[in-house]
Amino acid sequence: MHADVNLWPLIGVAIIVVGFLLRANPVIVVVVAAVITGLTASMPLKQILTVLGSGFITTRNIPLILLLPLAVIGLLERYGLKELAQTSIARIKSATAGRVLIIYLLIREISAAFGLTSLGGHPQMVRPLIAPMVEGATENRYGVIPDRLLYRLRAMSAATDNVGLFFGEDIFVAFGAIVLMQTILRGEGIEVNPVHMALWGIPTATCAFVIHAFRLSRMDVQIERELGQRVPEASASAGVKEEIR
Amino acid sequence: MIFKLDHFYILLGLVLAIVAGMSFRDRANPRRFTTGSFWALYAVVYLVGERLPPVLAGVIVIVMVLIAGLGGLKVGRYGTFTEQERRDSAKKLGNRLFIPALTIPITTMIGSLLFKNVRVGNLLLIDPKNFTLVSLGFGCVFALIAACWMTGGTPIQAIRESRRLIDSMGWAVLLPHLLAVLGLLFTAAGVGKAVAFLTTSYLPMDSRFISVAVYCIGMALFTMIMGNAFAAFPVITGGVGVPVLVGVFHGNPAVMASIGMFSGYCGTLMTPMAANFNIVPAALLELPDKNAVIKAQVLTALPLLAANVCLMYFLMFR
Repeated sequence: MHADVNLWPLIGVAIIVVGFLLRANPVIVVVVAAVITGLTASMPLKQILTVLGSGFITTRNIPLILLLPLAVIGLLERYGLKELAQTSIARIKSATAGRVLIIYLLIREISAAFGLTSLGGHPQMVRPLIAPMVEGATENRYGVIPDRLLYRLRAMSAATDNVGLFFGEDIFVAFGAIVLMQTILRGEGIEVNPVHMALWGIPTATCAFVIHAFRLSRMDVQIERELGQRVPEASASAGVKEEIR
Repeated sequence: MIFKLDHFYILLGLVLAIVAGMSFRDRANPRRFTTGSFWALYAVVYLVGERLPPVLAGVIVIVMVLIAGLGGLKVGRYGTFTEQERRDSAKKLGNRLFIPALTIPITTMIGSLLFKNVRVGNLLLIDPKNFTLVSLGFGCVFALIAACWMTGGTPIQAIRESRRLIDSMGWAVLLPHLLAVLGLLFTAAGVGKAVAFLTTSYLPMDSRFISVAVYCIGMALFTMIMGNAFAAFPVITGGVGVPVLVGVFHGNPAVMASIGMFSGYCGTLMTPMAANFNIVPAALLELPDKNAVIKAQVLTALPLLAANVCLMYFLMFR
């Protein structure tokens, strides 16, 4: 039937998958995939360069979000922002890595649901504030954290920001995704009320919170199991023992 | 418009040009000439922008990719404070240090909520197409002023610190930008059409549950390939959602769209193609494993995808 569908551009997808599986440098993989996809769609090399070049110029708003805040964050880090975040969380005795992240997940998801998606993000919030707080809360309880756990805590902080953002923002009626869905369905001849789409997002948003919060509280239990025994020797004299069950 | 995104492109271009100059002079960086050239080229992309001939811009992209991909980006020396110095400074400045850090998100929020349609005379204050990004730009400028005033640091010191952060990220800085370009090229070459053709031709769609599962999992998988649920939605909804779920089984299209998009987001959590959410933070948090954030997310994404299939099955056909 569909004899007019050209399947050759799928080679580009295959190159991406194989490249990432072989752990080749992603930057090179992406450009090789781009050039070969262009060739399979019978674009001449000059046209491929043109598409790459003009695309690179028009999408230069993407790195701006990452690069522009770094000057402030870097300067504040120089003057001890991370250390401050760690010591201020250490004053809250009941703080654990999991609890800090559950609260952040709740705030991030609810604020995104009200359209306040910029109240977070990896360069602005996770690196300077959230990750140091999570590390600080854990260090405060168990002393020095092994590197492997430190990396896991940081990865979980970044993951929590993503989960909160993704599953919160779709509940906001004026969010781009809702507008996009409405436009696409209209093109298919189906008229849908954006408010309904936003409301039908709530069950999934709730599930996302429950599943991720459950994993975060499990993480606390695992950390306790891994490092809990070290505490009595390290800080029993400081009277912290009672605090940890 | 008085303030456009272009103004912040110029600002970032100037910052990157200074970063390039600093990199050229940093003798502690074993690849200072390639590192410096990379940032100089990025500065050109921001400063010259649309006036750059597209073919030349394409050549610049290839050169930048070769530098970043073949180990041309290395770290140098940045004259950082010791941990003790940072602790002392944190104690001295106290909680005031949080103010500039929170200025960025709060200004962005206020700007995009309140200043969207504000006019001075006949001119719009902020470009309405890019009001969030322009507000973010203002947030960064205000925060920098506050930070310098509070700490006694200088803007040049701030640029030196941003050089420390971008150098520690290496090639990951370039990846989201390149993937956006790849997405454009995939669309131009008809990759979406080919995938929709394959999905609809070779999968059995006679059971309601299987169709729902194919739609949700298809959204997740295609999002993983494209790195973006927005790119997957038209393809999978046009190929499976509208003709089968709505056309054959008469499901509620609002439920389909909403939960379908969320299924796509489950895919976003599991793919290195969504580099700005998954790879960049790993680099930004200095994790040795660039896939560490994805690994942390998989166990949230998979149960949630299963929950989506069930939710859609039960909510769509009431």
